[in-house]
Amino acid sequence: MTAAVDIHEAVKRYGSVTALHRVDLSISDNEFFTLLGPSGCGKTTLLRMIAGFEDVTEGEVRLFGENIARLEPNRRPVNTVFQHYALFPHMTVIENVAFGLKMKGVDAATRRGRAGRMLDMVHLSAFADRMPDQLSGGQQQRVALARALAPEPKVLLLDEPLSALDLKLRQAMRVELKQLQQDTGITFIFVTHDQEEALTMSDRIAVMSEGRVQQVGTARDIYEAPVNRFVADFIGETNLLEVDVARVEGGTAEVVLPGGHRITCPSATTAPGRHHLSIRPERISLSAEADLTATVDRVVYLGTDLQVMVRLEGGTPFSLRMQNAARVSPPEPGATVGLHLEEGAARLLAD
Amino acid sequence: MKGVRHYPGFLAMTIICLVVLYAPLAVVAVYSFNGSTSITQWGGVSLRWYGDVFTGPEAGRFGQAAWNSLTIALIASTAATAIATAAALAMIRGGVFRGRQASFALINLPLMVPEIVIAVSTLIFFSTIGLTTGYLTILLAHLTFCIPFAYLPIAARLEGIEGHYEQAARDLYATRAQAFRLILLPLMMPGIVSGWLLAFIISLDDFIITNFVKGAGMETLPTAIFGSVKQGIKPNIMAISTLMLGVSVLFVTAAYLINRKGQKTP
Ligand SMILES: Nc1ncnc2c1ncn2[C@@H]1O[C@H](COP(=O)(O)OP(=O)(O)OP(=O)(O)O)[C@@H](O)[C@H]1O
Ligand SMILES: [Mg+2]
Repeated sequence: MTAAVDIHEAVKRYGSVTALHRVDLSISDNEFFTLLGPSGCGKTTLLRMIAGFEDVTEGEVRLFGENIARLEPNRRPVNTVFQHYALFPHMTVIENVAFGLKMKGVDAATRRGRAGRMLDMVHLSAFADRMPDQLSGGQQQRVALARALAPEPKVLLLDEPLSALDLKLRQAMRVELKQLQQDTGITFIFVTHDQEEALTMSDRIAVMSEGRVQQVGTARDIYEAPVNRFVADFIGETNLLEVDVARVEGGTAEVVLPGGHRITCPSATTAPGRHHLSIRPERISLSAEADLTATVDRVVYLGTDLQVMVRLEGGTPFSLRMQNAARVSPPEPGATVGLHLEEGAARLLAD
Repeated sequence: MKGVRHYPGFLAMTIICLVVLYAPLAVVAVYSFNGSTSITQWGGVSLRWYGDVFTGPEAGRFGQAAWNSLTIALIASTAATAIATAAALAMIRGGVFRGRQASFALINLPLMVPEIVIAVSTLIFFSTIGLTTGYLTILLAHLTFCIPFAYLPIAARLEGIEGHYEQAARDLYATRAQAFRLILLPLMMPGIVSGWLLAFIISLDDFIITNFVKGAGMETLPTAIFGSVKQGIKPNIMAISTLMLGVSVLFVTAAYLINRKGQKTP
């Protein structure tokens, strides 16, 4: 099957600034696909290339197999939910939602009906005749969503649409967005720098940094099997330890931990030498059967969890998480503890 | 920090400024309702000089002048607004192009150049290219100097409109022309209207340039008033002046209100 959006070795330069370096991505039809990365990594640029607001310096962007380089934005079956919504301030809510249908030449009665149903879907029927500036941020966000969905695009682009909302509303909107995507079957390309948002909603995630795609995979893939330091560090919390690799073959490596203990773990690199080891804090337990020994610095209370900050021999800071269950008693600061790395806690990374 | 209001002498200074600015206008406005033929002696409230303006011996002259003034102001301000709108779009939405800075300076230069210099050079220009002075030369001159006045509010407005709106329209299947007509133009409208009003009033009030390029026998309201005053000030001049003042105030207020209303919904 042809991909909904196929980005092939796309490069974007602004003068001497390269915003995107040879990006390769293939996004399937009906997929909830997320571009995740820190500010300035090129997420918006990539989205704007798909929407048609930026031309592609090199490489190509294909939409259902068709090269769209020469297609004006209004000829692309792609709609965008803009970061700041960009609702037309001189039109009512319903006029905003019906705008795309009007431009497509849909007759007035049909578009009024369809726009009304879109407003229903985002629970804003009562607001149809208001002006955008008479709505709250969350309501404007829903209008923007309804407006972009009304013309039934094949691909919907969403540029950090939740970033202006408060936490509660953001969490509610995540669920709604995901539901909407499943109901409509439209391919969503969602941009965010919030990893929790990405992990909870996406079918697949592309982690980006400095204009490059670092890794593409499901939430589980990129969390459990990050390919490099950037991804391991950016997704979730992790401890990074520089270690000597004793032996590496077939995706498995034997490494020497500080203190001399050896473990075998999955490896994203095939080169021997010194590499970084990622150890997830929630996969470490306090145990006499220790892989590492450490001194407790302090214990931070996080509600459902306790974060234990320790120092390894040699002073490297390290942290682990314990569930805040009734039967666990947290270690005292100053105590010496043994750390046991559970199955799948450690992974050797490429740089 | 204390406001400027708390400086010593603030009140006195304010009163002096207001008196210097508005006392002459107030005197003219009040005396336009004078019932006597003297311009200094008060002879009771009356509308006789307003009647004189419309029916008196000079009514025909003033009527023709007013017609010239109004039609010139209407055509010049409308054309100037269209040009200023196009210029603002090129300057603000046209991206970076060669000579952008220079264009900006050129558009706004007439605001800085002394009016008498423009008047003299316009006259010289017209006679060099062999254009006989008259209605057309006044119209052309007005059109030219009205452009920067129309440009400023339009450009200010356009600068406040983010590019996202047009992009959103394009994204929703609008062609370039549709995005302009349905989105950008309505959003620019408050700026365009106040630019037009400003240009209109500037054209209506202009004296110096008009006086140079008008040619013999052709009068606008300001030059007609001036011609009449040279024969000695009669109270009917005060009535005309007050009428013109009224029109100006009306227009400027309208421009201000439209701009303010527009600012609420950028
Ligand atoms: N018009 C432009 N001219 C020059 N450089 C640009 C332009 N637009 C973007 N860039 C650069 O391209 C890079 C990527 O920008 P982009 O807006 O895609 O980042 P982003 O990932 O969306 O960031 P954010 O999360 O802050 O929105 C940045 O370094 C930015 O400075
Ligand atoms: Mg962005």
